[in-house]
Amino acid sequence: MEQKFEAIVVGAGPAGCACAYSLAQEGLQVLVVERGKFAGAKNMWGGVLPGSSLAELIPGFREDAPIERHVSRRRISFLSQESSVSLEFRPARYSHPPYNDYTVLRARFDRWFAHKVEQAGAIVATGLEAEELLRDGDQVVGIRAGGDEFAADVVIACDGVNSALAQKAGLRGKLSPSSVKQGVKEVIKLPRSTIEQRFNLTDEEGIAWEFVGACTRGMPGGGFIYTNKESISIGVIVELESLLQNQVNANDLIDDFKSHPVVRDVIKEGQMVEYSAHLLPSYGLSIMPHLYTGGCLVAGDAAGLVLGTGLILEGANFAIASGVAAAKTVKRAKQMGDFSKQSLSYYQSLLEDSFVIKDLKTFKQAPHFLKNHRIYATYPELICNIVDRIYTGDGTPRKRLWQLAREEMKGKLTLYQLIKDLIKGKGAI
Amino acid sequence: MNSMRIEDKLAVNKYAIDKEVHINVNNEICQLCKHHNCVYACPAGCYNLSQGHIVFSYEGCLECGGCHIACTENAIELTFPRAGLGISYEYG
Repeated sequence: MEQKFEAIVVGAGPAGCACAYSLAQEGLQVLVVERGKFAGAKNMWGGVLPGSSLAELIPGFREDAPIERHVSRRRISFLSQESSVSLEFRPARYSHPPYNDYTVLRARFDRWFAHKVEQAGAIVATGLEAEELLRDGDQVVGIRAGGDEFAADVVIACDGVNSALAQKAGLRGKLSPSSVKQGVKEVIKLPRSTIEQRFNLTDEEGIAWEFVGACTRGMPGGGFIYTNKESISIGVIVELESLLQNQVNANDLIDDFKSHPVVRDVIKEGQMVEYSAHLLPSYGLSIMPHLYTGGCLVAGDAAGLVLGTGLILEGANFAIASGVAAAKTVKRAKQMGDFSKQSLSYYQSLLEDSFVIKDLKTFKQAPHFLKNHRIYATYPELICNIVDRIYTGDGTPRKRLWQLAREEMKGKLTLYQLIKDLIKGKGAI
Repeated sequence: MNSMRIEDKLAVNKYAIDKEVHINVNNEICQLCKHHNCVYACPAGCYNLSQGHIVFSYEGCLECGGCHIACTENAIELTFPRAGLGISYEYG
């Protein structure tokens, strides 16, 4: 063995950086291995960072981190082919610090975070891929990376949704198309003033705008638009299994979405500067992998720690919180001089006591509920049609809302289905 | 905004293309495949169906891993481009 570290973190995303940062702060010798040319080079997300977990770890990060804009309002739109019905939330508290959420571009943010990790005293080796886990019996004792061996008391796998290490550690099997969503995104460059004008934003303010309905052709998933300083992130997220069953390519969906009347105007004259794709784990607790084994912990997307409730899709807070919990576990194991599976089981109990597993348990029915196609194929169009009729005064006698709804539901949705969905929704989201 | 061809979309991305092919496709299995899931699973259009055969190029790969999960026939052997190579997002 060439070098020995107290901890090796694989992957310099939010989970890995949070873990390495808290370990290095405690004076542990930490190596972070990242296969991208720089931290963030391989990473993509929609674009909203909830500030809470990061603020706990790095107070004052707002002044320092490459934040694009703070989210001053949230909007959700139900889309039919031609129309949309939107709901906007704009609380006064979103307009002053501490802000709730931020729009962030990963290639910049992860690079900043990895730099903080280095400042805290860890070594961040980019352009280096962890190929294998080294073992002594059942105990993980290091990694092989770039053909060299690196020994460590513990390896923390934060290598993302496709985590090869979690599979190699025997903590997870191959994922199935029903357990992941595929996200595709385009970054569209526009002058700052144009963005602020189109979205009615003042300096530093941003919008998080999410869509459900026609943007996924009724398949489980949604669309999003997030404003950055000088660009707009636009994309769709769809369950992979549905894409395959319907023989649709996500690239065609994003093209459709961009040409929808409600979207077309806000991105017009923009220049597409990046096209990206990424998977998200969406299995919740149903096939949660084992989170630890002797000498090895798994955190973030690699552990499937993403919350999708239909109203919220959040991975960053979960990644950061699980990375910090992994670090706490490692510190405790170091004090005890024990990195066995038994000792590292503390990680599981830390996560179970925190929002990470608690939220996933609260919403454990959500992944199944959200596979209901009516949420995407029927309800958004119905809402658009009903609202259309409410505002249509064409000289014929008007009808009461419930009557309009019943007429619009005819042939599309039975009363029984509606009641069933409401009852199931009540228990799931 | 008119929809762009996938080639033009990928052309705006930054790649350091690895000369070593990082995805191996077993064509013997593909010929018997009935669903060709890979064609729909790849948002970079790396897999194309041409006269019943899968025609494959790896250069534009966005490294999402979708093809590997989608291929129920286990015909796709996926590794990632060697460290430092492949897609390099500037925005992400």
